[in-house]
Amino acid sequence: MTIVDPFGAGNLMSNSCQLRPSTAGTLDVMTQVRPFQSETDPAQLADLRDRLARTRFAPALSGTDWMLGTPQGYLAELVEYWRSAFDWPTAERRINTLPQFVTDLGDATLHFVHAKGVGPRPFPLVFSHGWPGSFLEVRKILGPLTDPGAHGGDPADAFDVIAPSLPGFGFSPHPGTPGMNPQAIAELFHRLMTDVLGYSRYGAQGGDWGGQIVTALARTHGDSVAGIHLNLIGLTPVDSAPSTDAEHAFQAQLARFLAEDCGYAQIQATRPATIGAGLSDSPAGLAAWIVEKFRAWSDCGGDVESVFDKDELLTGITLYWLTNTAATSARLYYEAGRATGMFSSNDPGYVDTPTGYACFPKDNVTPPEEWVRRAYNLTRYTRFEHGGHFAALERPGDLVTEIREFFRPLRG
Amino acid sequence: MAAQPEPFRSETTPEQLADLRERLASTRFAPALSGDEWTHGTPPAYLAELVEYWRTEFDWLAAERRLNALPQFTADLDVQTLHFVHARGVGPAPFPLVFTHGWPGSFWEVHKILGPLTDPAAHGGDPADAFDVIAPSLPGYGFSPHPGTPGITPARIADLVNTLMVDVLGYPRYGAQGGDWGAAVTSSLGREHGDTVAAIHLNMMIGALPAELRTEPLSAAEQDYLEKIQHWRAEGSGYGHIQGTRPATLGAGLSDSPAGLAAWIVEKFRAWSDCDGDVESVFSKDDLLTNITLYWLTNSIATSTRLYYESTHSTPNTAFVETPTGFASFAKEIATPPREWVARAYHLTRFTEFDRGGHFAALERPDDLVGEIREFFRPYRS
Repeated sequence: MTIVDPFGAGNLMSNSCQLRPSTAGTLDVMTQVRPFQSETDPAQLADLRDRLARTRFAPALSGTDWMLGTPQGYLAELVEYWRSAFDWPTAERRINTLPQFVTDLGDATLHFVHAKGVGPRPFPLVFSHGWPGSFLEVRKILGPLTDPGAHGGDPADAFDVIAPSLPGFGFSPHPGTPGMNPQAIAELFHRLMTDVLGYSRYGAQGGDWGGQIVTALARTHGDSVAGIHLNLIGLTPVDSAPSTDAEHAFQAQLARFLAEDCGYAQIQATRPATIGAGLSDSPAGLAAWIVEKFRAWSDCGGDVESVFDKDELLTGITLYWLTNTAATSARLYYEAGRATGMFSSNDPGYVDTPTGYACFPKDNVTPPEEWVRRAYNLTRYTRFEHGGHFAALERPGDLVTEIREFFRPLRG
Repeated sequence: MAAQPEPFRSETTPEQLADLRERLASTRFAPALSGDEWTHGTPPAYLAELVEYWRTEFDWLAAERRLNALPQFTADLDVQTLHFVHARGVGPAPFPLVFTHGWPGSFWEVHKILGPLTDPAAHGGDPADAFDVIAPSLPGYGFSPHPGTPGITPARIADLVNTLMVDVLGYPRYGAQGGDWGAAVTSSLGREHGDTVAAIHLNMMIGALPAELRTEPLSAAEQDYLEKIQHWRAEGSGYGHIQGTRPATLGAGLSDSPAGLAAWIVEKFRAWSDCDGDVESVFSKDDLLTNITLYWLTNSIATSTRLYYESTHSTPNTAFVETPTGFASFAKEIATPPREWVARAYHLTRFTEFDRGGHFAALERPDDLVGEIREFFRPYRS
């Protein structure tokens, strides 16, 4: 996903998709929550292996370096591992140890993890993943957040954790209708938290698209959202003329990111069906598309497997493959872009809700504190020495501590 | 020094075609994002129709026979093997003309204009207008392999083309024509090889103008043009951005999935041609698939997109082009620069606007382009 207005996701208020308020009583709605387990047809796995076995690679464009994108040599190694060594049924069993549910919200069916906290007064927290991730981003922080007592923490810090799959990602099918942008997704999440799960007051955390979604949640549902915690900025401040050295450096970093690293976002925001055609038909192409981002955006020093082993990478990639969601996930860029028009810089306004920001140094951009403060009621800003874009996977201990400390005064 | 050209013919193994058919038969389509509309890109329904035609009806061997009817050669130029069409003119003094294709096209773009340009008398023209026509495949496109080294930019390709024309084929003075990347190569030929290039003809302008060529205030038409370019950059250039930054990543899927490749290419033939949204009103499935199959069988999509990367990551020479320049503006081109804009960058001696036709002028409006090329080059032949 991307950061700011260049892809038009900034003006979250202007989107025209309004969901109906729920008219059903809470109990009736509650009964619509159905337990969910991932199940894979062996024929799907056989088909995947066949495709992997007959992958036709492009000629190597640049040897083994990643300058021009995922190199053919590394891709071939990953594809061979995927075909011959990766064990999806085992990965799936691990996925299925997470307490998962689905519920219907209007046109949308939302898949989510819902784990109850162990403590005197667990505080509800909705965690939103991003692209090219999935709800599985929650898996390392789920235990420590729900049951701090079992992880060296204080049971008073326990959370009920809800981690939805974004519409069009993994087990949440895309409803197929236009307008499923971050604002509309925030509305779905709010209905999930309040109407379906019965929480009247909750917190929210996210980076990547999750950062935009929780920003939208705060802006439109500040009465229910006690605080939000971000690990990537979700909007452009009203006054975006840089003044400090750190802000100038951030602008330069952002400009470079937009010029050199946003091709994936540009194409997903304008022609998701075209790029989706190849990614839906070629597992190798899908793997190349996704692994490049896990390498580029993580604190891996250029060696993606120093942070994510092949099993971890392929669990996420196989989830995209088996659910055939490369195109529908890319569509989020398109819908976010339509909400304001591409490359607009509409001002989405200031966020009054108390906000915490964790800045991980190898994220694709690292806004300084004063920059985040322009846009949010910033009550906590922490800069870490290690970690990148995938904080919940790369630095789960840091992120858990940060979430506990940030939300402690907001639990009420 | 450059070796002598070798004759070339396309040859395809039955295994390659069987593999292609198997892949097409097992295509997994994405869910439709927008029904039959092209708003989100190539819709799965049209793609499925094209893929099914490709698998069951398209006759590559017949298409290949048509390709092989063109006189083709390869020549080794240092590290680069260049494939090209070379057809001799029929007339008293044929003038040599190098025609450079673009992306996502191929040397096949020349096939409709080749006869009228080389043998005007056989096509209702004057034999005095005959050209020797040379149509290379860009490095990394079709039958010209990419050398694998960095720096194969339009300017570098122009150097290769000039070597082909002068050293290999022995033409001391020639003309050049192109749109799309062909326009960039042709501009470099005009700018940097003015001693051998008599004149150039373009049907597209590519790249931004440096400040020193923008000192005069913009006309209203220029402002409209730049706004159109701006809009296109925002809405229509995603393919260029990803090709310009991560060609290997994109190329992985397009090299493995013929359906993905077809989606990637056909979208551009539709969007950039004068087809009013119905691509097959201009290009038949056989036309489209001849070009797409050429990309597929030569596994050249990744290497073709690399030209965007190399161009993006180089500093092009944007100096004024002193060589006499003709410009044909086709109405449905991505953006149509007004005469005064073109004249800022080129020694413009002819500017013609056509109210029909788009980006693929040589395929869409071959007669208009032939008439234009004949008239433009007439004063520069000697």
